[in-house]
Amino acid sequence: MIPAAFEYVAPTSVEEALAALAEHGDDAKVIAGGQSLLPVLRMRLNAPEWVIDLGRIDSLRGVRDGGDHLAIGAMTTHHDVGEDPLIHEHALLISKAITHLADAQVRHRGTFGGALAHADPAGDLGAPALALGSTFVVQGPGGTREIPADDFFVDLFETSISEDEILTEVRVPKHGGWGAAYEKFVRIAHQWPIVAVAAAVRMEGDTIAEARIGLTNMGSTPLRARAAEQALAGQPATEEGVAAGAAAAAEGTNPPSDLNGDADYRRHLATVLTRRAVLAAAGRG
Amino acid sequence: MTATQEPTQGEIGRDRRRKEDQRLITGRTRWTDNITLPGMLHLAMVRSPFPHARITGIDTSAAKAGTNVVAVYTGADLGESQGACINAWPVVPDQVTPAHLPMPSDRVAFAGETVAVVVARSAAEARDAAELVEVDYEELPAALDLKESAEAHTNGGALAHPDLGTNVSAVWRFDSAEAGTGGDVEQAIAEARQDGIVIEREYRQQRLIPAFMEPRSVVVDPTGEQITMWSATQVPHILRFALAATTGVPESKIRVIAPDVGGGFGGKLQQTPEEMIAFAVARKLGKPVKFTETRSESLLTAHHGRDQWQRLTLAATKDGHVTGLKVDLLADLGAYVAIVGGGVPVLGAFMFNAIYKFPAYQFQTTNVLTNKTWTDAYRGAGRPEATFAIERLMDELANELGKDPLEVREMNWIKHEEFPFTTVAGLEYDSGNYEAATARAKEMFGYDALRAEQAERRSRGDKVQLGIGVSTFTEMCGLAPSRVLGSLNYGAGGWEHAEVRMLPTGKVEVVTGASAHGQGHETAFSQIVADRLGVPFEDVEVLHGDTQISHKGLDTYGSRSLVVGGEALVRAVDKVIEKAKPVAAHLLEASADDLEFSGGRFSVRGTDQGMAITEIATAVFAAHNLPDGVEASIDSEATYDPVNFNYPHGTHLCAVEVDTETGQVRMRKYACCDDIGNVINPLIVSGQVHGGLVQGIAQALWEEAVYDENGTLVTGSFVDYLLPTAADTISFDLDHTTSPATTNSLGTKGVGEAGTIASTPAVVNAVVDALRPYGVHDVAMPCTPERVWRAINTGGSGGETTEAAAPHFDESEGAAQ
Ligand SMILES: Cc1cc2nc3c(=O)[nH]c(=O)nc-3n(C[C@H](O)[C@H](O)[C@H](O)COP(=O)(O)OP(=O)(O)OC[C@H]3O[C@@H](n4cnc5c(N)ncnc54)[C@H](O)[C@@H]3O)c2cc1C
Repeated sequence: MIPAAFEYVAPTSVEEALAALAEHGDDAKVIAGGQSLLPVLRMRLNAPEWVIDLGRIDSLRGVRDGGDHLAIGAMTTHHDVGEDPLIHEHALLISKAITHLADAQVRHRGTFGGALAHADPAGDLGAPALALGSTFVVQGPGGTREIPADDFFVDLFETSISEDEILTEVRVPKHGGWGAAYEKFVRIAHQWPIVAVAAAVRMEGDTIAEARIGLTNMGSTPLRARAAEQALAGQPATEEGVAAGAAAAAEGTNPPSDLNGDADYRRHLATVLTRRAVLAAAGRG
Repeated sequence: MTATQEPTQGEIGRDRRRKEDQRLITGRTRWTDNITLPGMLHLAMVRSPFPHARITGIDTSAAKAGTNVVAVYTGADLGESQGACINAWPVVPDQVTPAHLPMPSDRVAFAGETVAVVVARSAAEARDAAELVEVDYEELPAALDLKESAEAHTNGGALAHPDLGTNVSAVWRFDSAEAGTGGDVEQAIAEARQDGIVIEREYRQQRLIPAFMEPRSVVVDPTGEQITMWSATQVPHILRFALAATTGVPESKIRVIAPDVGGGFGGKLQQTPEEMIAFAVARKLGKPVKFTETRSESLLTAHHGRDQWQRLTLAATKDGHVTGLKVDLLADLGAYVAIVGGGVPVLGAFMFNAIYKFPAYQFQTTNVLTNKTWTDAYRGAGRPEATFAIERLMDELANELGKDPLEVREMNWIKHEEFPFTTVAGLEYDSGNYEAATARAKEMFGYDALRAEQAERRSRGDKVQLGIGVSTFTEMCGLAPSRVLGSLNYGAGGWEHAEVRMLPTGKVEVVTGASAHGQGHETAFSQIVADRLGVPFEDVEVLHGDTQISHKGLDTYGSRSLVVGGEALVRAVDKVIEKAKPVAAHLLEASADDLEFSGGRFSVRGTDQGMAITEIATAVFAAHNLPDGVEASIDSEATYDPVNFNYPHGTHLCAVEVDTETGQVRMRKYACCDDIGNVINPLIVSGQVHGGLVQGIAQALWEEAVYDENGTLVTGSFVDYLLPTAADTISFDLDHTTSPATTNSLGTKGVGEAGTIASTPAVVNAVVDALRPYGVHDVAMPCTPERVWRAINTGGSGGETTEAAAPHFDESEGAAQ
């Protein structure tokens, strides 16, 4: 498990990193926490000539209050995001998802931005980021641009970040007072989800006023369960009421079939997990 | 009355912390990969991506030009110097055994087989150059499916080795009527069809990967008078024999060292192609070389385990007394017949009847070659398969009768007063008490309360159902009486050797032919010697795993180290005492008949005269005053050949909760009471049982080596080959009853495999028990949530595993999924 030799640079600013990226183009790969890239290199599935380490760019780290949203620096580790009090208050769904993400070692190295840029449909952060309507800020030679969550994930391991751009920040609209739950279905503890459901719910009394539901590993990208969201809005937060809405959770999905489960089983799981997640988010779990 | 000294607590039975843990756990020790020799070169293997292909050309020129590349060799380059990988157990005289060259030059027979080796100054450079070796393959039809492969010679199907004309390596059979150990099974089944119960089932033992913690590694130094090989192996002695036997290098010119070895579970009892290639390359270049596999290589090419189809017929009377058992196996050997190879299913042949009094029994295994990684012994080797089958069947019988599964077992098991008992398979069980172990297990488990909860959940229609699984296992271990091995055509004996060296300073060195790889022999053997010789535990050093120190031995597998190796040790210690006696008599000026030995001292009966054995060791070293004709040594050795196998048993009870909505299975409680005879170190025993249980539970719930239709191993990393961690298991309740073995001095029984053998059926029985109200009678292993869900919703045993894995790292190819 020895990667092919590569050149290594560790710039201290985004501008320097972009310059290095511009210079080496196709031959370069940026590295964040390395928790996905290093296995790729070690298994020799990819052999970039240059590796540009974002680890020394301090401006990319930390969670900031941006008024109506939280701005999560791309290089903030999973652990730091998960423990952040602002996240707990305004984006509880994200910290819920992070408690289930990998293991402690990976959470201390892997980064929020790295995981989202990696765009594994089985990754635990895509669904919550999508469900909360996040905006992705990328910076390139031509300046910065903001990509809405719905446009960010393109396909398996593919986002709309261009080759010459770097993801710098993810802006998550504040969802203070929303209940949240992440139902991750695995066979063993440290596994990627077979299916997971991220649900955030705004309650008005005993009624679900609004639900935002993201699905993990139900297609080639994270997905919103829009039909279920619509069906749940205005429903009482009872077992029956939620089950009726959750029944639509798999609508429009195209889940994979693999050794952990075939597509039909995953569709079924999505409905069960959506019901459980929504009930838990509504405080009825 | 004279004041007597309080006897110091004996070492045997003490829960000593293991001496070896500090160095093993911190890794500050001599793992093979930690060894660096001056001028050492590194190897990288070029492996076939195809399961079956002709090699039509290998271009090594680009690799040879790589930075710091010293050599690149193909199979043709190494020729006969590579030796061969041997099969030690041709189970039938006409066994079909493909020649197994470590590195073939013409044809590869499984994906992962080595076709070229690169030698470079660093491991990284070797790896880089390995990518530059260009191999042209012409793909051949691959024998992949076990059932189809078994029939290929009749229907023109794919042959794993076309020149052999068949994939069937051997058909081995035991029949109690033919052997004279019991009745005619066909008759028993026919009678049961008329007027009794016949249970017919087909079970799958999925393919497993031993997944030891330390990947395999080998270092060869050809620069001394002896060629020295360090290897992460369980079998240094057998390896030396095989190296000598197949390369023509005299055995006396080879030294094999198994330094600290990080686990094996049977997976390191192989004579591996990588060891043979390293040996050949080192000899060719005259330089030390090292090869350490990656985890991916390990999963792909180190031998796999299990992989059987089991067709089973159990006959019983209407009231549930068993009358016959017929076993028909298909066993997947993979691409070659490995060192134990076809012997693995044969080891199970004597165990399907288990603890029950079957009057008639028949066993047949058809051993089949396929184009997959070779299979061989994996923790339990043959016995887990047997135990699974019979314990599943006994639950099915209980269900058929509408009786409690423990009641049906008790009706049929050997009663404690019936020992020693000769079974229908011809083995003599020396001791046991199934009643006592079961009573204790039930008590720990809270059996009745859990049954009540199960009934309550069933009547409530709870979405989470409770299942209770039983496994009342026994096994045969302590491999093995040499005569029995001989009668089975095994290529070696089953004895073990030990030596005791009494050092002049009063310390003791013990040499054993067993080869620990994580078991704790150093601690347990020290305890035995400390007690028997009456010396402090700390003063005993256990030496092993180096053919220069331990010149004689048959290594560690089959739960043999304590019951065979420990007995050899006891006998060597006793010889030391015997040899010391005349010296003591001489020095104490007493008659040898007046001496008694206890607590490490010879004393003259009726006097206060005495002398410690360690003092005698010093006196013998000086040799100034020895009796005439007595040699200046009390060191002793013993070789012990067991008279019988060894039969631990136990009752394991497992409760699982099954989420019927998702199919998820959660362990709720696990209690077991094992009878392993007298216990030397309870802490080590608990460790063996805990680890064993998890490994068996993992077969039931998680682990499966999956190949796709192209013959590619899709569970090629721990992302997809699911090993549990502590987070996936629960706290187990353990206890022991004690029926000492009557065939060794210490009354011990093997414990290394017990947990693995027992637990798998307990878990699957629990899963099936939970689902009985849904009409489910079987769930195939591993009982994945998907299979459980399908069994509930569509019947059957849950269907096949989809032969594809999701990529998590593969960016470059990800989009193609
Ligand atoms: C054992 C193990 C278990 C895991 N289990 C889980 C799990 O259960 N759930 C889960 O969600 N994940 C899991 N992961 C993956 C983990 O979340 C990784 O942290 C994450 O996928 C990648 O983040 P990283 O910071 O390590 O990125 P890296 O590995 O450094 O980079 C990943 C990819 O993103 C690109 N990239 C990184 N940062 C940027 C950026 N700022 N701009 C543009 N491109 C960028 C890189 O070039 C690379 O292609 C696991 C990983 C391991 C090793």
